[in-house]
Amino acid sequence: MSNAIGLVPLLPLLSSLLLMIFGARMTRPMITLLGVGSVGAAALATAALAMEFMANPQPIEITLWTWMKVANLTSGVAFYVDGLTLVMMSVITGVGFLIHLFSSEFMHQDASYARYFAYLNMFVCAMLVLVLADNLLLLYLGWEGVGVCSYLLVGFWYTDRANGRAARKAFIVTRIGDTAMALGLLLLFTELGTLDIQSMVGAANAKWQVGDSLPTLACLLLLAGAAGKSAQLPLHTWLPDAMAGPTPVSALIHAATMVTAGVYLIARTHGLFLLSPTAMTTVAIVGIATSLLAAVTALMQSDIKRILAYSTISQIGYMFLALGVGAWTAGIFHLMTHAFFKALLFLGSGAIIHCLHHEHNIFKMGGLRSRMPVTFWSFMIGSAALAALPMTSGFFSKDQILLQAYQQASIGPWLWLAGLLGALLTAVYSFRLVFIVFFGNAKTEPDREIGWAMAIPLTILCALSMVGGYFALPLAQVFPTASADHPAHWVEIVSIGVPLVGLAIAYGLYLGRQLSAPSWTTGVTGQALREFWFSGWGIDRLYDGLLVRPYDRLAALFSSEPVDRFYSAIVDVNQTLHQWLSSTQSGRMRWYIASMVFGLIALLGIAFNIAPGAL
Amino acid sequence: MQELAVPLNHVLLVSSLLFCIGMLGLMMRRNIIFILMSLEVMLNASALAFIAAGAHWGQPDGQIMFMLILSVAAAEVAVGLGLVLQVQRRFKTLDMDNANRMRG
Repeated sequence: MSNAIGLVPLLPLLSSLLLMIFGARMTRPMITLLGVGSVGAAALATAALAMEFMANPQPIEITLWTWMKVANLTSGVAFYVDGLTLVMMSVITGVGFLIHLFSSEFMHQDASYARYFAYLNMFVCAMLVLVLADNLLLLYLGWEGVGVCSYLLVGFWYTDRANGRAARKAFIVTRIGDTAMALGLLLLFTELGTLDIQSMVGAANAKWQVGDSLPTLACLLLLAGAAGKSAQLPLHTWLPDAMAGPTPVSALIHAATMVTAGVYLIARTHGLFLLSPTAMTTVAIVGIATSLLAAVTALMQSDIKRILAYSTISQIGYMFLALGVGAWTAGIFHLMTHAFFKALLFLGSGAIIHCLHHEHNIFKMGGLRSRMPVTFWSFMIGSAALAALPMTSGFFSKDQILLQAYQQASIGPWLWLAGLLGALLTAVYSFRLVFIVFFGNAKTEPDREIGWAMAIPLTILCALSMVGGYFALPLAQVFPTASADHPAHWVEIVSIGVPLVGLAIAYGLYLGRQLSAPSWTTGVTGQALREFWFSGWGIDRLYDGLLVRPYDRLAALFSSEPVDRFYSAIVDVNQTLHQWLSSTQSGRMRWYIASMVFGLIALLGIAFNIAPGAL
Repeated sequence: MQELAVPLNHVLLVSSLLFCIGMLGLMMRRNIIFILMSLEVMLNASALAFIAAGAHWGQPDGQIMFMLILSVAAAEVAVGLGLVLQVQRRFKTLDMDNANRMRG
């Protein structure tokens, strides 16, 4: 079976290439069979691999071929499968398959059906290469591959300029992080002489002491790359705009898989991060700050997909917090449960958008509870898991993160408190969404029912969101064991209780109307604050003024080619002279004669003046 | 050396006067026949200068040059009149300003 590892990324790749070349001539059922089937087959292969791994939990290494060999750099197309890789592969192929299935109905009317599946399959392939890679160079290939696919899919409906702009923004902002990450790779290679992840971590531990500055620098560069891909502060601005793509794309790329690549990267190189407490603390602070900021912003949004986008940013912030406090297993666990419930929520919102004439504004929805029961229950379960209500999958993962954050040595209790605040906000905004969309009076009538290709993925993801918390991940060998100490009981009880309080607040504010917003929120300050939070703390405007517009102005300046002006002046002078002279070539003989005569007279006059005695 | 009945300076003056008249005609006339006539005048003006100079210094060269100029003038008239015929046929006019197709 281990020889078949290569098959897992190969199947989507082949299908993608076939769809690219022959897609235009295929019938829709064929495209569906190829696009959805290839990912389904990859999921089956992953399942078989997982069975084998469970029986004999040893990391599998397999080199397919040597990719490049330059001086002392040898980089192979080589895969490394351990528990962490398997978890990621299962999420990518499993959730990926469900989302492909959902897409086959969601995109059925679209003219570019084949192109859509070609991109989506290509994305799955790139993402699998990213998690399977045993060296950082191959990982970087997958990393860029998912970036390109994300660009193509965000701008899928490219005839609308705004979508193209969103795609460009997503690509350029992540590119800033990618550049930092490339610098990190170069630094690691020059210092350690290898990019192979396992031997690199070993070499780093042999060469550096805990707290050295070089590993801190390398880790911070990797963190910048991870922050770009995973939409963390200060590079998070692209994700809300990336919602311009089709909704299943948002579910697959911008919720379940690609945006968690940063979390995977840090978890994969955790041996390096353990050498640098500074970098670890930075990871935790970036995570919690992003989490809070995005949660507050999500509370203000009215576009259903933007709410979910900010919620994704916020939840990935929790994963970063987990990584930063050394709760590796909890971070990956949350990654998996988040993939389940956020894919569920995104697909649910896709179903709503599909049935409601592409309506995105939650205030124009309402009363959908009885009209779209499957979607309603999907949203209920998804939101419960997102809010970490007890017994849902999100509860188990988030609880672990909060408890381990509390035990962090230096600023643990503060991280815990901030995390609790985030959890409270999460519960409020997720149930605000549910209450506004599904309860109350109907404002827009759904014009169709969802079919089985949409209902089945929603149902399966519902089940996964409920029971995902009971999965035992095979991560014991991958990460150092977390301390078994438990904080005081009241910490646990408070952690469990806070989401329930959030639910109660949301109920009071948006459904039962027992609570009303304090009067100051409708005043001038409240209004200004709301607008500020609605715009995502003005960060987009800040970047626009600080970076985008100065750059545009500079580009406008240089597009008039100031250096070339000198050379074009020479050309202009020559052209003018040429026109003057060629106009003397009039074809009139009398003018020629006259000019010869006057020229002769002038020459003679000059000659007489210079040498009067000559004649 | 035999002295001329007319002083050399006077002959040269007439000669250059004739030359200038021819040149002005060349520049100002539009009719191609008049242009050819002006050319003739200029050629004969220079021929006159040669004759006078030859007579002044008692040299035969002046007369030889005159014979040369005469034959050149004859050849020129032969070619020139041929051109005149062509111009008349092509442009239906003898105005040289209309025959300016080689401009620019």
